[in-house]
Amino acid sequence: MNTSSSSLTKKAFERLVSNKLSLFGGIYVLLLITLAIFTPLIAPYDYAYQDLSLGPVGPTTDHLLGTDTLGRDLLTRMLYGSRISLMVGFLATMVALVIGVLWGTIAGFAGGRVDAIMMRIVDVLYGIPFIILIILLMVIFGRNLVLLFMAIGAVEWLTMSRIVRSQVMSLSQQEFVLAAEAMGVSKKDIIFRHLIPNAIGPVIVYATLTVPQIMLLEAFLSFLGLGVQAPMSSWGLLIRDGAVSMEEYWWLLVFPSLAFSLTLFSLNFIGDGLRDALDPRTGPN
Amino acid sequence: MISLILKRLATAIPVLLAVITLTFFMVHSAPGGPFDEEKAVSPEVLLKLNERYNLNEPLMVQYFDYLGNVLQGDFGPSFRYPSRSVTELISIGLPITFELALYAILFALMLGIIAGVISSLRPNTAYDYIPMTVAMAGICIPSIILGPSLTLIFGIWLNWLPVTGWGDIPGDKILPTITLGTAYAAYCARLTRGGMLEILNQDFIRTARAKGLSEFRVVVVHALRGGLTPVIAFLGPAMAGLLAGSFVVETIFGIPGLGRFYVEAAFNRDYTMILGTSIFFSCLIISFNLLSDLVAASLNPRLRDQ
Repeated sequence: MNTSSSSLTKKAFERLVSNKLSLFGGIYVLLLITLAIFTPLIAPYDYAYQDLSLGPVGPTTDHLLGTDTLGRDLLTRMLYGSRISLMVGFLATMVALVIGVLWGTIAGFAGGRVDAIMMRIVDVLYGIPFIILIILLMVIFGRNLVLLFMAIGAVEWLTMSRIVRSQVMSLSQQEFVLAAEAMGVSKKDIIFRHLIPNAIGPVIVYATLTVPQIMLLEAFLSFLGLGVQAPMSSWGLLIRDGAVSMEEYWWLLVFPSLAFSLTLFSLNFIGDGLRDALDPRTGPN
Repeated sequence: MISLILKRLATAIPVLLAVITLTFFMVHSAPGGPFDEEKAVSPEVLLKLNERYNLNEPLMVQYFDYLGNVLQGDFGPSFRYPSRSVTELISIGLPITFELALYAILFALMLGIIAGVISSLRPNTAYDYIPMTVAMAGICIPSIILGPSLTLIFGIWLNWLPVTGWGDIPGDKILPTITLGTAYAAYCARLTRGGMLEILNQDFIRTARAKGLSEFRVVVVHALRGGLTPVIAFLGPAMAGLLAGSFVVETIFGIPGLGRFYVEAAFNRDYTMILGTSIFFSCLIISFNLLSDLVAASLNPRLRDQ
């Protein structure tokens, strides 16, 4: 059992790596995560350090990507920004993952009236325009990062729960689950030992595609001035600053935009690659 | 069909009520009173102000008053511009936002359908890969990057197009339209390609070709009709997305539409304006989703019986 599952994983991994775009995306994201983790050690300046007498200068040897209008090092701000952007992306995805998987599994496994009520709730929540509620939350309760995670995560679990539910429903008809039930395995064990591990493939794919969506949402809010506030930075905030002063100082827009676009591309490539790798039926062709 | 309409309405109305209730109590639970920032307001003035904005009643009474007013299309006066009502501000901003959204969706449909058809006619060749790669880029690059970048390149470096305003200088509607429409053009291209690939393999297309119809007629008259079903189903969510996208695009290009009013109200903490526009936007988005569900159902008999 164990060997066959590890060889399946290995095959999927081989398929993933053979996809050049996914490989590129994977390397870029891993590099980015490493840089983000070690930012306090490698950042050339402190994130709040500003050199007003210097003002905005283009890329030089002292400031590899230049400085902004307050004389803050752009590379440093981008590194610290990547921490926030990535953290929002991954943590909110985790929140969505936990809620969505539990909700979908319980609904799919319980079936009947419980399922009907739970999925009805999902239907109704789907109808609510959450971008507006998130903006309202930010306006009313201040630009609080924890709140931002919770709010975004609490929104993005809906599709996840639908995916998991349909997986669980088809799985629970299969012999090994019926056998486990017949042998008197408890419901909790069936859910956590049999159903969730087997439903995890599509969940991983969807989670990978959720990360860029959430990063985008954060950037969107920060761009409008309703998300992260200076002297903290996030990519959305840097792009906003860049857009304000791009007429004279193009680098302030171009570098953060490039970094952010590449991240979105990479995460989407990884998601697509994972989908192909985990499901041999839908090959790259 | 009628039972489907009733069913969808039965979901949409509770959602609307929930949104109104939620936004109302969220805004009213905001810490601090709306007039705290005003310097030295005398108690009499404060009383008058509270009276004008109906803040002296118990919260539940305020809620039902507000609900009644909203049902009649009255969102009350704006905090920030006391001489103007929120409804008035909405009616100023809405036509501009709608115009922008309309141009964007037309741009998206034209570009997306043409690109999708081209790539579906010769799948897995350069005619397929190039438009689909561009479409992937269009989906991945968000408007907050696309807008400023287009402005930088075409507005500032090349100096071809104006970068702000709406209807002031000829050509100032081009960049906002492209910024808002690109992502939807990319989605349309992908959906058209998928739909067309499915249709082009069917027997009636082979028959049409066998009868010697021109390729143009086969594609445009026979195949496109069925091939566009996914695109039509996408229009409702797209309109909803375009409205949210207008927040960013109107802010970037300084367009005096509803999206910018909304962001400004959020910035200025203009509570009645935020409340009114939030509810209004939510209603619009919910109605568009409802409408597109119904259109999709009328096009696809299998959905009708669910």
